[in-house]
Amino acid sequence: MATSADTAPPAPPIGKAYPPLVYAVGREKIREFARATGETNPVHLDVAAARAAGNADLVAPPMFAVVYAGEALGAGLFDPETGIDMDRLVHGAQAFTWGRPVVAGEEITTVLSLDEVRHVASVDLTHYVFGSRSTAEDGTVVSTGRWSNIVRGAA
Amino acid sequence: MSVERDDAPAPVPPAAWEAGTDLPTVTVTPDRYVPVRYAGASGDFNPIHVDDEFARRVGLPGRILHGLWTMAQVARAQTEAIGGPDAPAALRSLSVEFRGMAVPDEEISVTSKVDRVEDGVAIVKVTARQAGSRVVRNGRAELRLPD
Repeated sequence: MATSADTAPPAPPIGKAYPPLVYAVGREKIREFARATGETNPVHLDVAAARAAGNADLVAPPMFAVVYAGEALGAGLFDPETGIDMDRLVHGAQAFTWGRPVVAGEEITTVLSLDEVRHVASVDLTHYVFGSRSTAEDGTVVSTGRWSNIVRGAA
Repeated sequence: MSVERDDAPAPVPPAAWEAGTDLPTVTVTPDRYVPVRYAGASGDFNPIHVDDEFARRVGLPGRILHGLWTMAQVARAQTEAIGGPDAPAALRSLSVEFRGMAVPDEEISVTSKVDRVEDGVAIVKVTARQAGSRVVRNGRAELRLPD
């Protein structure tokens, strides 16, 4: 990390892992998320269609990872030790990988970690990169996330 | 929200995708309540997305769209290109960079082009544009093609 020593607040806890957070995936939440994002695939909306395609219940759209892992992200963003100025925060980049689709009725456990903090002095931007790893009850890693947030002028 | 699709070129079936194949463009005009609905659906209630007065106070034109909502349109463009009930499982990874900001009441278009196909997995390059600006750039998706 390249925070300048004279102005730096206490160093953010790079590598810190936050307590696992369990999210129970519900049918109506999947429907709500699917509708809000314009999904029309019946496997996200119609239980019979999801089952006919071999799923135990409604299938969450891939980006539903935002919902079950986003709960965990909050712990990192609002961690006083990390010291993020939320008023100056912008979402810089996002990446997900997926193992298998998640269905309604599953409980997903997410562990969040602060993976990287980088200050770019020339433009006075600080990058905070969180990693998330979400696991189903059967042990499958259903998704991983890399959440890159940028704080303007926060050196 | 209105959802429209280009009906110009006939989509190329996934089995025939190769380097340079254009996937169907997805265009969507989010109405002014989309950020509010997405805040509820996602749990991200940052006031820049739900409070016009707050957004203007911090120098924005008004409520802006969540970057992750726009990313969801990028994801949808990929799964709809695959099509069918197994499409959600085809998306193996997606990464994007957000640039500038996207606003409601203005059309967003998502364009996707196959970069290469390796071992049954298509690597797709994706961009989302609004009013001539790229609001998502360097999008990269990995899609497992149906057998």
